[in-house]
Amino acid sequence: MKDLTVSTLIAVFEEIFGRGVFWTMVTVAALVTLAYVYVLVRDRSVSWRKFLLAQLSMPVGAVAAVWFVMVMTHSQLSDIGGPIDVIVLLAVAVLGAVGMAILVYTLESLLGSTRTERRLDP
Amino acid sequence: MNRREFLSLSALGGAASLALVAEPGPAAATAVPTSASIVIVGAGAAGTALANRLARRLDGAKITIIDPRREHLYQPGLTLVATGLKPASYVVSDTARWLPDGVTWLPERVAAVDAEAKTVSTQGGQTLSYDWLVLAPGLVLDNEAIEGFSLDLVGQNGIGALYAGPEYAARTWSAASAFTREGGVGIFTRPATEMKCAGAPLKHTFLVDDIARRAGNAGKVEMIYAAPQEALFSVPIVSEKVRMLLEDRRIGTQMQRTLTAIDPGARRATFATGNGTEEIDYDYIHVIQPQRAPDFVRQSGLSWADKWVDQGWVEVDRQTLRHLRYPDVFALGDVAGVPKGKTAASVKWQVPVVEDHLVAAIAGGEGTATYDGYTSCPMITRIGRAMLVEFDYNNDLVPSFPGVIAPLEELWISWLMKEVALKATYNAMLRGRA
Ligand SMILES: Cc1cc2nc3c(=O)[nH]c(=O)nc-3n(C[C@H](O)[C@H](O)[C@H](O)COP(=O)(O)OP(=O)(O)OC[C@H]3O[C@@H](n4cnc5c(N)ncnc54)[C@H](O)[C@@H]3O)c2cc1C
Repeated sequence: MKDLTVSTLIAVFEEIFGRGVFWTMVTVAALVTLAYVYVLVRDRSVSWRKFLLAQLSMPVGAVAAVWFVMVMTHSQLSDIGGPIDVIVLLAVAVLGAVGMAILVYTLESLLGSTRTERRLDP
Repeated sequence: MNRREFLSLSALGGAASLALVAEPGPAAATAVPTSASIVIVGAGAAGTALANRLARRLDGAKITIIDPRREHLYQPGLTLVATGLKPASYVVSDTARWLPDGVTWLPERVAAVDAEAKTVSTQGGQTLSYDWLVLAPGLVLDNEAIEGFSLDLVGQNGIGALYAGPEYAARTWSAASAFTREGGVGIFTRPATEMKCAGAPLKHTFLVDDIARRAGNAGKVEMIYAAPQEALFSVPIVSEKVRMLLEDRRIGTQMQRTLTAIDPGARRATFATGNGTEEIDYDYIHVIQPQRAPDFVRQSGLSWADKWVDQGWVEVDRQTLRHLRYPDVFALGDVAGVPKGKTAASVKWQVPVVEDHLVAAIAGGEGTATYDGYTSCPMITRIGRAMLVEFDYNNDLVPSFPGVIAPLEELWISWLMKEVALKATYNAMLRGRA
């Protein structure tokens, strides 16, 4: 690798997924983040019930992300060979968990469900 | 709901959006105005990357790139095609797709260069004159050098030859996969000449071994790595590591063996040893043809006269890649007569050097960039693991991520680099963006 700048990284990601898919993914991630910020601001507070469900979904997101990466790259868990591999694996899991939590929280807030509505509040 | 929980949730959102923040790329340097005519021979990795960069750096230059091949080949992918991990189409794209506007592509084969008269002539009979010439025609595989071998045999009778292109890499997989199922003796060869991606013969060996193991057939295969050299790898510290890996996998080695002939019917290979010949019967043999500069390079008097005389690499300065006798000629990529290189990763480091010297010369100055021999080959040691081996002219290891990605360790991240990131980086390089 010669020099690793952000523009090189973007070029690399565009090539991995294709320009269209990459920027669609970026857009979707940005929209979900925006929607998340929107519900935080709208509700002025975090609903503990929704947060609980979001937290429960995190392991699912982590496992799904690791599984996706392993399948896409012909890899197995036994290929983990050193500290950096563990870090990459954990980073994938954390990204999956966080992404899933945000998605679930935002969907709950936007679509709502009676279970998590603020029934207890005055 | 308290503030701490609110903050922790906000932090989650922040982490996700962090990935989206992008800096603008470096501002493009102002283009140098010129009316120079530049001819680039070969639209492979090196020629295409340079054309894209020059188109951006020069204003008004007449840039012509000559290459008869309409399909661009991402050659590092051939290793994966030859073990069934990717389809043949993975390595093929359109040459035209990568070429920038403002560069003329002449789809013809160069037949000769007259460096005194500063002209290039094609097989189709066209003659182009140039102010600057960049030679990037890659190398040719010498199929005839191995008696009894021809490309139409690949894929049958246990013969593989993945260097020959996507179709032959796919046929190599049909021969190799039969071997991993049925077992027998497998011989993995390497030529005596310089070669592109010197790690590739080992990668194929390790991958075929791994596939046989996964199929539960480790006991049925006898693996032999046979090479003309004395060392397993040209860089001593890497060579030792490779020795340990081969021992670990119980892959036998036969050094100072140059493949000279095969008998496809009898499945017998003949090797020249230091003091005679030796025959080995095989069930699978992987042939890598000897490699040389294209004929027109040698016939045009551009090669070294006292080095690699049987191979004909272009006589260039190892730091600037400029021809030692014709300062308006440069060589890039596999054809360059320098001691290391011959990988796409080297091309990535060489192209900015030639760009620098060419643009500086056009602007009336002198370039300063130098190439230090950077060569890299993610050495796959099994499916899912590789070693990111990077070195220079001095045989020093020059890791890109020191302290993070250990060069001599079998790592998953190095496999990810080869599997996922390499093609993307290669394509970005073709566009002149990496
Ligand atoms: C099996 C294999 C595995 C590899 N693995 C790796 C790897 O893991 N990492 C890595 O960095 N590198 C790897 N490489 C090496 C890498 O692909 C090459 O070093 C790189 O492509 C060299 O670029 P080039 O432009 O010099 O030659 P090429 O990309 O081969 O392009 C040469 C071009 O010149 C054209 N040409 C030839 N003769 C003429 C003529 N007379 N007139 C006009 N045009 C002509 C050809 O049509 C071709 O398009 C591998 C190569 C192989 C074969």
